[in-house]
Amino acid sequence: MRCETRRAARRLPALAAVLAALLAVACGQSAPEPGSSPSAEPGVSGDTIKVGILHSLSGTMAISEVSVKDAEQLAIDEINAQGGVLGKKLEPVVEDGASDWPTFAEKAQKLISSDNVAAVFGGWTSASRKAMLPVFERNKALLYYPVQYEGLESSPYIFYSGATTNQQIIPGLEHLKEKGVKRLFLLGSDYVFPRTANKEIKAWAKANGMEIVAEEYTPLGHTEYGTLVNKITAAKPDAVFNTLNGDSNVAFFKQLRNAGVSADDIPVMSVSVAEEEARGIGPDNLAGHLTAWNYYQTTDTPENEEFVKAYKQKYGADRVTDDPIEAGYVQVWLWAKSVEKAGSTNPEKVKQAAKGLTFDAPEGKVTIDGDTQHLYKTARIGRIRPDGLIEELSSSDEPIEPDPYLKGYDWAKGL
Amino acid sequence: MEIFLSQLFIGLSVASILLLVALGLTFTFGQMNVINMAHGEFVMAGAYTTYVIQGALGASLVTLGFLVALPLAFLVGGALGVVLEWVLIRRLSGRPLDTLLATFGVALILQQVARDVFGASNVQVRAPAFLDGAITVAGVSMSYTRLFIIALVGVCLAAIWAHLGRSPAGRRMRAVMQNRDLAAASGVRTPRVDRRTFFIGSGLAGVAGVAVTLLGSVGPTLGTNYLIDAFLVVIVGGLGRLRGAVMAAVALGLFNAYVEYGTDASIAKAAAFALIVVFLQFRPQGLVVQRARGLT
Repeated sequence: MRCETRRAARRLPALAAVLAALLAVACGQSAPEPGSSPSAEPGVSGDTIKVGILHSLSGTMAISEVSVKDAEQLAIDEINAQGGVLGKKLEPVVEDGASDWPTFAEKAQKLISSDNVAAVFGGWTSASRKAMLPVFERNKALLYYPVQYEGLESSPYIFYSGATTNQQIIPGLEHLKEKGVKRLFLLGSDYVFPRTANKEIKAWAKANGMEIVAEEYTPLGHTEYGTLVNKITAAKPDAVFNTLNGDSNVAFFKQLRNAGVSADDIPVMSVSVAEEEARGIGPDNLAGHLTAWNYYQTTDTPENEEFVKAYKQKYGADRVTDDPIEAGYVQVWLWAKSVEKAGSTNPEKVKQAAKGLTFDAPEGKVTIDGDTQHLYKTARIGRIRPDGLIEELSSSDEPIEPDPYLKGYDWAKGL
Repeated sequence: MEIFLSQLFIGLSVASILLLVALGLTFTFGQMNVINMAHGEFVMAGAYTTYVIQGALGASLVTLGFLVALPLAFLVGGALGVVLEWVLIRRLSGRPLDTLLATFGVALILQQVARDVFGASNVQVRAPAFLDGAITVAGVSMSYTRLFIIALVGVCLAAIWAHLGRSPAGRRMRAVMQNRDLAAASGVRTPRVDRRTFFIGSGLAGVAGVAVTLLGSVGPTLGTNYLIDAFLVVIVGGLGRLRGAVMAAVALGLFNAYVEYGTDASIAKAAAFALIVVFLQFRPQGLVVQRARGLT
């Protein structure tokens, strides 16, 4: 490396000029006047309204996020086919977050300041959301975030379309308790979502008399689960609660099955494995294991029948829909309904109009909770079928009120 | 005791996977001094070869498809390697840093090609039925897939040793590796030998790709999961030394298995890196040293 630096040093003047230019651009973008108010009607120009779509289209998260982008574009197409919003057509501006959290923040800033979009739909990992949060708060612009997450957050400029803890993880735990699970093994990827989720799970377990036999983390992208499978078989838990994310799930489930451990021996309850991931993991390796979500492709509503049909028609019969894909689709509609109701794309007016707004989503009725800007969602426990789709075992029947800070639960005091 | 043996098996299994991916690198990195960042993508190409063949043969011929994929992935990986060598690496010979950057670019391009052709999602490769399940010996459960990979590494090693030691072409490869100028002066056509070396090294990456479909995900970024560990094996083993690579892989595999059992995966990984840093302080040339005059 050293000789490369020296060679570069000879070109220093040119490099410095380029750097200075880049810095000027970057600073111009990322440091707007503190407290500057956005234009009254962002995104509106002539007959169109610009909206931003910001997902990882490359890198390790592209696996999950490309499908959500597709669903958001489907919703935009449908809205445009019905005449658009406020009589204007939606024009998506698509940016690539590249699975890199600082890039998400930069691209969000770009969408807000240079494209002047009315709202941004995007993000997947909690790390990407945490990176974008200050950008949206500083610019007083709106982000719609489509994925279940660990809770303990409620930004006034983010709408959370996925589940928070009490709409997914706690119903999942309650299901396990009902089935007589007394000893639970916690397994997760080593980053913010699994660590926070497991903190909550341990507090819940303590209050509910469930024993946590182990809490294990592996780095993101980890592919070697032989040792972990040995740890699981040695600990003999009644079930595993799995918060692994990304490719690791494939390695874990393949190696669990290879070691001769089936869903009958030790069922695994996952909160980040949906139909899309099941295709890559291989249904053979997953059949019989459990999931907790708010939506499955098999969810039986008339809206879902139409949604699945439209999605497959646009993107191919071999594609599947799942919870984050559905949430991506729903959040575009929720934004459009809020804008129609507000009669404006102004974020403050849209937020006001969104309070209590309901929508018949593919997952059933959802309602925006004005205080937390989360959705009332129905929790559904599912079992993975041999064909890779997920069948519902039980549901909460009614949409559950979002409680991101778990205020309604005594055991969660002190988290 | 049971745990000790179970982890021994896991350690050896981890070693076999590391070694399989690293074998090709001992040729291209170790012998030609080319840091090929696209090696991981050749592994990925091997994995997708399995996927394509299984798709073409249909669900009833999963086992046949998998077995056919082994030699075919060798050819696919090898062909990619030869093209890379011919188009790029040959023109950058003696410029290791430029080669590193150029091949890193090639790696990104290949990942994007895979994403455009096969989609961003992971694809499913089915394991052959005869590898389903595990055998229990003395309380140690050994899965057939892991046993298969250990056997596959054994076959690859034997083939390489035979090739390098017994065949005229293999001897020419060793001659070029030990002293390129002298070999050229003795009438060995070094560019041709280079191409052959690259073909074999990249082909082995393809074979590794077929094997890792049994254990992990098959997606555009598959190769990056294995590349760093493979480089570690080659560096710790000593450049270009097969024996060193085997020793390094076994040491790393066992270290990982036992430390991870006692702690967790993140700590095991960090501890392994720390150990390697210390090791290279005292023995920068690696476990096994090449003794030859005129070798840089």
